[in-house]
Amino acid sequence: MTRRIHRLLIANRGEIAARVTRTCERLGIESVLAASDADLDSLPARLADRVVRLGPAAAAQSYLDPAAVVRAAVAVGADAVHPGYGFLSENPALAQGCADAGLVFVGPSVDSLHAVGDKLTARRHALAAGLPVVPGGEAGDLAAAQAVAAEVGYPLLVKAVGGGGGRGMKRVRSAGELAHTLDLAGSEAAAAFGDPRVYLERYVESGRHVEVQVLGDGTSAVALGDRDCSVQRRYQKLFEEAPAPLIPDRVRAEMADAALALAVHLGYRGLGTVELLYDRERQSFYFLEMNARIQVEHPVTEAVTGLDLVAEQLAVAEGLPLRLRQEDVVLTGHAVECRINAEDARADFRPSPGRIERVVLPAGDGIRVDTHVQGGSVVPPFYDSLLAKLIVHGADRADALARARAALELLRIDGVTTTVRVHQALLADPEFAAGGVDTQFFERFLTRDLAVAS
Amino acid sequence: MQLSPDDVRDVLRVLDSSGLAELHLETAELTLTLRREGAAGWTAEQQVLRTPVVESESGANRPSEEAPPTASEVGEGLVAVRPPLLGTFYRAPQPGAPPFVDVGDAVDEETVVGIVETMKMMTPVHAGVRGTVVEFRTGNGEFAQDDAVLCVVRPA
Repeated sequence: MTRRIHRLLIANRGEIAARVTRTCERLGIESVLAASDADLDSLPARLADRVVRLGPAAAAQSYLDPAAVVRAAVAVGADAVHPGYGFLSENPALAQGCADAGLVFVGPSVDSLHAVGDKLTARRHALAAGLPVVPGGEAGDLAAAQAVAAEVGYPLLVKAVGGGGGRGMKRVRSAGELAHTLDLAGSEAAAAFGDPRVYLERYVESGRHVEVQVLGDGTSAVALGDRDCSVQRRYQKLFEEAPAPLIPDRVRAEMADAALALAVHLGYRGLGTVELLYDRERQSFYFLEMNARIQVEHPVTEAVTGLDLVAEQLAVAEGLPLRLRQEDVVLTGHAVECRINAEDARADFRPSPGRIERVVLPAGDGIRVDTHVQGGSVVPPFYDSLLAKLIVHGADRADALARARAALELLRIDGVTTTVRVHQALLADPEFAAGGVDTQFFERFLTRDLAVAS
Repeated sequence: MQLSPDDVRDVLRVLDSSGLAELHLETAELTLTLRREGAAGWTAEQQVLRTPVVESESGANRPSEEAPPTASEVGEGLVAVRPPLLGTFYRAPQPGAPPFVDVGDAVDEETVVGIVETMKMMTPVHAGVRGTVVEFRTGNGEFAQDDAVLCVVRPA
């Protein structure tokens, strides 16, 4: 059954809210931004056709309240809800609330959200779909954990079943630490995710974070290339690129096939990302988790595929079959993304909320900046620190990096401290420029290069 | 109306072949200035002037009870503990856990009396003084401006 979307409620804020209004404008869909009190005068609020008040500034009473979002959508007569990323984007309660109110949820089915939201269930689905998973298993009690640990060896990771996105993980170096860490991880997981269950996984010493973008219509799916997001600090990504550099063609094809197999196994409808851990030494990969939403780093995929992923996401949400076949997916060149955050890298990345005085952005062929700030904007202290994403598309990786260096020189966001200088130092680093760094790289780089740069 | 990156790129292609160094565009809803920065390329400075069209009330969540403004003065001989930066103040390491410290507890300079969450980042709040906690002025989960008094310590 197909259902055209005429009026879309955007239940999010920041740059992704601005991003979604752009596709709405292009497609002739009326955009209604659901904004908290802190965001009623934001740039996305000025870009949206209409704005509806969602609740107080505190996210728990606005962007994280499924009932408030559904109420807002019904009040403005929207026929669909776009949840963006973060907040309620993977929350089955919002998807269910939308269904109950007769609204289209721009995201996967409630069943799919449940299937991938719980890390153990996701792991079981991945195994059933034939994907390699990191050696490990469930740790219901200490005896079970010891048995799993004996198989996978040390060091290993204790992971919260309800965690994800780097939250709820603890490293265990030796057998002596297992019992204590298990206790601690269980109680922390209960507090943080409302679910005390944990499981164990082998700790891969030198891993890269590589992910495959998929799009499904509930029956079939296409893989839209891969991305590398290994440049991370405390599991937060700072820089992403597409395609992932220095991966043998055979392995890259296997990763795409694995991601497709999982999407088809789940009967997945929507945009999704299959996160993989790429073992540099073994040139092999393991399934980590699946993200059932649009990602922050989606523009690098848009750059190399030429697609508008939000438009594709809306089309499958309307119930339309996929509009492209796998052979239609052609990747051109290389794209990189720098996340410009309101943080002070010289003060341990301390947040820097405040009033933006002036925003000057690089422009031209192959350059795109997704942002939610302009001169006079206020960056409230309640939400995350992402100000803008600089996306640069080049003929190849070296070209994209060279253009990104030039673009960063022109980018100015005055009034708050930003991470522009961190990206300038990163792009000047020879190890990074060579490509294929692992997830440990950035912390090493910080102690080494940034000390010189600042 | 908004200008997409494609719109800006189309304008720049025209400008590139024109030899012009700057273009200023002004409509009722936005201003845009494009500048040639020598060989480095172009910059765009855009200001969306349009006022947001906010719907009237629709049963949205009401603002939480406005906390009475906490007095920023403390009694003579007492020391105010203020946040290292503005944010939401938490008195315990996680929901349901006992508070770091309570009224009557002894603290020293390094004692953690709470956490401030700013833009999803947690920063511990240290007492900064040796003494006894006599009062909390900011409750758990309340937002604190950077000059707010979180708690009050009687120095030893």
